[in-house]
Amino acid sequence: MNWLTQAQWSPYIVGAGIGVLSWITWLISNEPIGCSTSFSRIAGMIEKLFRGKKVEKKLYYQEVKPEIDWQMMLVIGVVIGALISSLLSSDFRLQWIPSVWSLTFGDNMVLRLAAGFAGGILLGFGSRWADGCTSGHGISGTMQLAVSSWISAICFFIGGILMAQLLFNIIL
Amino acid sequence: MKTKKMKLFWGLLFGMIFGFLLQKGGVTKYDVIINQLLLTDFTVVKIMLSAVVTGMIGLYIMQELGWISLRPKAGSWGKNAIGGLIFGVGFALLGYCPGTIAGAIGNGYLDAVTAGLVGIIFGSWLFATIYPGLKEGILKKGYFGNNTLPLIFRVNNWVVIIPMAIIIVAILYLIEHAGF
Repeated sequence: MNWLTQAQWSPYIVGAGIGVLSWITWLISNEPIGCSTSFSRIAGMIEKLFRGKKVEKKLYYQEVKPEIDWQMMLVIGVVIGALISSLLSSDFRLQWIPSVWSLTFGDNMVLRLAAGFAGGILLGFGSRWADGCTSGHGISGTMQLAVSSWISAICFFIGGILMAQLLFNIIL
Repeated sequence: MKTKKMKLFWGLLFGMIFGFLLQKGGVTKYDVIINQLLLTDFTVVKIMLSAVVTGMIGLYIMQELGWISLRPKAGSWGKNAIGGLIFGVGFALLGYCPGTIAGAIGNGYLDAVTAGLVGIIFGSWLFATIYPGLKEGILKKGYFGNNTLPLIFRVNNWVVIIPMAIIIVAILYLIEHAGF
């Protein structure tokens, strides 16, 4: 069983595993793997704590109900699964600043968190705008050959590659 | 009620497998994702493309057998291209995406569980708040519905699936051959 304790598997094995997993989620739960909608449900649930029931009247939350569903359980499962995997391989570590970031931008934690926060806002906003993320469009949608998903996935990488080049190779 | 709880349980279980695989693939790490966007490490693309080729063939076989019926998302240029580009910029700044950030949290990465997570939730809330002003405007620009590639080309599904599988395998071979 030492494959369970390996820090990293072949990306092809991992990818094929995700492909097989998506057969099973369709077959058993009739759902594609996706993640980002859950964050808008969580946002709605938090807003509900402050503003109560009238949040459900917001147009977006009429379409995407602020409640726990299959996908939110999936996202919670991802946290647990990654925790188990990283503990088994002793790869779990509490870390504030990733090493590639610190090589270029140094060890200033405020800078890393500011970039992460700004990035998170754009990521949340952009995934709602595009109606999906790297898993919902990038994996589950492209494998269904959806035009919307192929356009989204290509644009995720165009935006990401341009911004990464700008950050790492042009600004610094 | 019981079936609803059962469904949530399956979601949790499938999520655990997904998270396990993401962590074993290395994509719960900022370094791996940012190096993909800097085009120095192709782990993310290798995982995504092998998932797509495996998933695509299996899903379409299951659909032919009548076991499942797929639900491609409807979209438009205004929605998918603009949203995708905004997402991409955020992807490069944060270095995680909405799925891998959950994995990064499990992996212990504190920039993910603080700034990243709060940012994603705030960004999602912001969109929900301005959504009424976008819904009938920019999000409908260049609307193409829930089309799939075979529908656009007016061909049988397998006329797209088989060449697509060959192209993906060829791309993976070339990436590997180029030394990435």
